[in-house]
Amino acid sequence: MTALVVEDTRLAVAGRRLIDGLSFRVGASAVLTLMGPSGAGKSALLAFIAGHLDPAFTASGRVRLGGRDIAGLPAERRGVGLLFQDDLLFPHLSVGANVAFGLRGRSARRARVAEALAQAGLAGFEERDPATLSGGQRARVALMRSLVAQPQALLLDEPFGRLDVALRRDFRRFVFERAAGLPVVLVTHDPADAEAAGGAIIQLGPVA
Amino acid sequence: MAAAFGYLPALGGESFGLFAWRRLIAEPGLMATLALTLRVGFAATGFSLALAFGLIATVVTRRGRLDLLAAPLIASPHSAIAVGLAFLIAPSGWIVRLLSPWATGWSAPPDAAIVGDPLGLSLTLGLAVKETPFLVAVGLAALRQFPATAQMQAARSLGYAPATAFALVVAPQLYRRIRLPVFAVLAYSLSVVDMALVLAPSHPAPLSLLALRWLISPQLDDVFPGEAAAVLQLALVVAAFALWRLGEGVARARIAARARAGERRGWLRLAPPALSGLGAALIALGFAALLGLVVWAFAWRWPFPAALPESWSLDLAWRQTSQLREPLGTTLALALTTSAASLALAIVWLESEDRLGRRATADVIVLPLLAPQIAFLFGTQTLFASARLDGSFAAVAWAQGLFVFPYVWLALADPWRALDPRFARAAAALGASPLRRLLGVKLPILTGPLALAFAIGVAVSVAQYLSTLFAGGGRVATLTTEALALAGGGDRRLSALLGLAQAAAPLAVYGAAFALPRIAFAHRRGLS
Repeated sequence: MTALVVEDTRLAVAGRRLIDGLSFRVGASAVLTLMGPSGAGKSALLAFIAGHLDPAFTASGRVRLGGRDIAGLPAERRGVGLLFQDDLLFPHLSVGANVAFGLRGRSARRARVAEALAQAGLAGFEERDPATLSGGQRARVALMRSLVAQPQALLLDEPFGRLDVALRRDFRRFVFERAAGLPVVLVTHDPADAEAAGGAIIQLGPVA
Repeated sequence: MAAAFGYLPALGGESFGLFAWRRLIAEPGLMATLALTLRVGFAATGFSLALAFGLIATVVTRRGRLDLLAAPLIASPHSAIAVGLAFLIAPSGWIVRLLSPWATGWSAPPDAAIVGDPLGLSLTLGLAVKETPFLVAVGLAALRQFPATAQMQAARSLGYAPATAFALVVAPQLYRRIRLPVFAVLAYSLSVVDMALVLAPSHPAPLSLLALRWLISPQLDDVFPGEAAAVLQLALVVAAFALWRLGEGVARARIAARARAGERRGWLRLAPPALSGLGAALIALGFAALLGLVVWAFAWRWPFPAALPESWSLDLAWRQTSQLREPLGTTLALALTTSAASLALAIVWLESEDRLGRRATADVIVLPLLAPQIAFLFGTQTLFASARLDGSFAAVAWAQGLFVFPYVWLALADPWRALDPRFARAAAALGASPLRRLLGVKLPILTGPLALAFAIGVAVSVAQYLSTLFAGGGRVATLTTEALALAGGGDRRLSALLGLAQAAAPLAVYGAAFALPRIAFAHRRGLS
């Protein structure tokens, strides 16, 4: 069973402590929600787990994923998927090429992209320009792009923040359905997101 | 540089001394030379800055495609614009022809020194034609770095006239962001050589020409006063920088005082429309100069007051192609080599910054843009000569690269740093290695800025004169060195043809740089 385990993590920026000795464990199919005011270090913590932490931060702690210690690995070898508030579809690639970007292996790429798009309700969208898709469609493509790379954990950095209320509900359901089987960490400001996630909630705040 | 103090072993000057300076000071008209140099430098920079701000103010309040209009003038080499402008304003030039004989009554060209006038007005005009579009382009780019439009709206809702709002709110922030280019323009205007060879008076000549005459003189010991003049040139630029900074302080204080007084509709509101009118006229003059090159290059019979040639001919152009082929080939080879190398270096530089998470200081890179070329290029010649490299293609490419690289780097750095770093992070989360993130994500998204940076490199390389002359030891001929070798000579058609070729090469690359991303990504709206 894959679990994401964070142990005794400390984060500081410019001499200011953001996170001081945080530990948690997220099992497969579980969702952990991180909440807290802006600047509390939520996104920095995700960046630390995914391996993108800005060098302005100092960090320590262990990150284990499925028994491997990944804290020392470069981002591309951690097996951690990441979704941001913006979809960040690569503007120079077609929808299909965006999804294929994260595929491993050479076999049946076309079929795997087609299957992923069909699961997102976007069958036949391979050749489309991402800029011509609606916000909700783009968000779904971004999620499928993350998932076909077969990550062992998924980090969500306010991925619903840009969507309106109705879309938000649909996309949220879609994400949790699709990510079933993975440990998921969700950063959000919206209590409704936390409630829908249905898992543990960690409230990050100013370090005393 | 040691040669200024008499030390240049290769020429037998092995003792330090001040005789070089004595010869420089004994030069008749040195004071007039200095006055001319300073007058042209400050006037050209001041005018260009004021007109550029006027034009930008008009664009902020009314949308327009000013940057597209400025591009051809930025791409064309200084010397080509200078030659074209000389054709316009000369006594037998286009402007006089258009006014004659009906307005002036002249049936023969008047006998007046308009080109190369002793006050340096035509040189100032030429510099302004070239530098105003440059400052407009950097200003428009800087305008995107802060919420200028929203601030203008806020100020206008407080009752400020649009032009007053621009002058009090936007202009100070904009100026702070384009200080470096402004200082580069000041340094360039104070030490200009290529335009000066066409448009400057010869007695007294600007300091840069005085230095050049000595440095390329066949009489070997002229090198010493030449180097002294080059050192004086450097000192002059440093002093002018200090003076300009004083002026900045005064301007800042006065703008702050006006803003505190809450003056909403003062005379300031009249400045931008007037300045933008003048600026537009100046840009029109620049285009007329380019057009003049075309007309003169293919004119056959063209008696005086006629506005257009009586007959046209491709003969001359055809006959000259064999003569043009070699300098054209050298020019293109140099431009492509230096631009490609500079672009590669800039990419490596910026990518290393990203990977190390640190910004390296840019000061060293831009130094060649702020120092007068003549002050250190001759030193490189001596260096190359002692290594027996002078006159080689590599030496010229290296010397040009000193100026090409900073412009390429500056053109690329802003869009590169503005690229959302999360694109690369998203790619990494999908398992892409750093190299694949660079080649598969960052570079394709930056295709437009990369193409433009390359085109700017080509334009800078094609325009290089002093670096080619000195590093080439006079043996490497490019379109620009050929064009300036002809400056002041009588062959207008050949001059026009060379000027045209000089302008056409970078213009074609610029056009390609605009078109390429639009063709390659015709079906990707997110990139246009």
